[in-house]
Amino acid sequence: MKKYTYTEKKDTRSGFGAGLLEAGKKNDKVVALCADLIGSLKMDAFIKEFPERFFQIGIAEANMMGIAAGLTIGGKIPYTGTFANFSTGRVYDQIRQSIAYSDKNVKICASHAGLTLGEDGATHQILEDIGMMKMLPGMVVINPCDYNQTKAATIAIADYHGPVYLRFGRPAVPVFTDPDQKFEIGKAWMVNEGTDVSIFATGHMVWKAIEAGEKLAEEGINAEIINIHTIKPLDEAAVLKSVAKTGCVVTAEEHNRYGGLGDSIAQVLTRNNPAPQEYVAVNDSFGESGTPDQLMKKYGLDTEDIINAVKRAIKRK
Amino acid sequence: MTPDIDKLTKTASQVRRDILRMVHACQSGHPGGSLGCTDYLVALYFHTLKHNTKFDMDGSDEDLFFLSNGHISPVWYSVLARSGYFEVAELASFRKINTRLQGHPTTHEKLPGIRVASGSLGQGMSVAIGAAIAKKLNNDNRLVFSLHGDGELQEGQTWEAAMYASHNKIDNLISTIDVNGQQIDGPTDVILSLGNLKAKWEAFGWEVLEMSGNDMADVVRVLDLAISKTCKGKPIMILMQTMMGNGVDFMMHTHKWHGSAPNDDQLALALSQLEETLGDY
Repeated sequence: MKKYTYTEKKDTRSGFGAGLLEAGKKNDKVVALCADLIGSLKMDAFIKEFPERFFQIGIAEANMMGIAAGLTIGGKIPYTGTFANFSTGRVYDQIRQSIAYSDKNVKICASHAGLTLGEDGATHQILEDIGMMKMLPGMVVINPCDYNQTKAATIAIADYHGPVYLRFGRPAVPVFTDPDQKFEIGKAWMVNEGTDVSIFATGHMVWKAIEAGEKLAEEGINAEIINIHTIKPLDEAAVLKSVAKTGCVVTAEEHNRYGGLGDSIAQVLTRNNPAPQEYVAVNDSFGESGTPDQLMKKYGLDTEDIINAVKRAIKRK
Repeated sequence: MTPDIDKLTKTASQVRRDILRMVHACQSGHPGGSLGCTDYLVALYFHTLKHNTKFDMDGSDEDLFFLSNGHISPVWYSVLARSGYFEVAELASFRKINTRLQGHPTTHEKLPGIRVASGSLGQGMSVAIGAAIAKKLNNDNRLVFSLHGDGELQEGQTWEAAMYASHNKIDNLISTIDVNGQQIDGPTDVILSLGNLKAKWEAFGWEVLEMSGNDMADVVRVLDLAISKTCKGKPIMILMQTMMGNGVDFMMHTHKWHGSAPNDDQLALALSQLEETLGDY
């Protein structure tokens, strides 16, 4: 079993900010838009370096999505920045018509996704965004796991032509992936090989899956852990290969159990090789105020929840 | 170049015939607003726009047009075809299965001349602003035009865009509102009144012009005037008074023809009022 360690914790949104600056340096077609949340999205460095390529839209997310669509006509690669809630649910129709259906090369970059936004509460804690975005034909949905991977993903999406939803978060979480990693859209990342169960995790849940894997090993359970940073297009081959070996599945995501990663995995399995599956996800509810750790525990998204789900899944084999 | 008003008027007559025949053939679509905006779109494509019918999505070094009220697709399709973007015969496929001429305009079927989907209302001004900003970034001096319905102004996104355009001096944009006073459920004054549009747009920081949208000479005059006012720090708004159903006597003075098609007899009567000038498709 590969051992993962970390020396620091950083927020994935800062990975976005650093990646945006790099993407801007690499490609002068990259432009950025923000709806009055520059500090929260960590866009300051890009703005300082490229003030003429940044557009402050004000608190008008619908207009931001439309302007981003228009900027692609003329060859620009717009990155929009706001909270995940305001990046998706608030502007679903604008994304649907002006971006997805119109096949516009817009990168929808969404911070503060999920429960770990914390104290602001349920109005801001969207748990439905992956579902909404993955249902749009042609939309790529990416949810990286740490600072380095978010930075790499932010840079990589500039080279992909088409609409992308990039989801990241607010809290400082362990930095454990390679700072020089090459991010491949749609390519699952094997975190640890195993034989007893396949744990497919995304975003902040990947580190928790690693922690769970270590504790399970102490009990003699050999878990395979795969980081699904790209929920759409899903790396179906990697999913099927793993489950053919392990025979049961746990999915882990900071999202409603309806419409998220778990459902995507389940669909691949039912169409190809049905297997027992347990969901670690929010059980069809809204969130509430609290610290990120308190919320993840209360809503069943903790390391212990993954361990328990693994045991249930293995029993059902 | 002195515009040939008579020639433009004759083209408009043919476009109106196209609209009626397209809508009749599939027994669906929106003839009323299409007929009302015919003179504007003919003037735009046959006089105003510097454009390339060899379509390129980015539209560098050419003027761009965005139709926000996408339901008047028949008039746009006819004008695009008559301008040479695609074969006029393709108009016969409007709203039929496997067509590029979808009920509402889309880029999805790769129809030349269309740069973004529209239909869900209120989105076109934002897109036009984005395209106008891209032109500025690219040092491209050509202009961006957009058309909107008056009922469409009830969508809040329009006013987000209106604020943004003046604050950021998007002065290479000429937007036009089709002020026909009608929407699906009745007159705008009854459904949700729009108030004093000139005062509203001026208060939002736009340069506002007024146009008689069914008087070809005035359409040409005001479009030329609008161009002369670009690049002076303000976005331009043209309030265009039109008559829904213009050109067909029984389709005017009512919202009945907003979204319904004529039957065989009604088509014959309507066509009898419009000269065939360029040959029916």
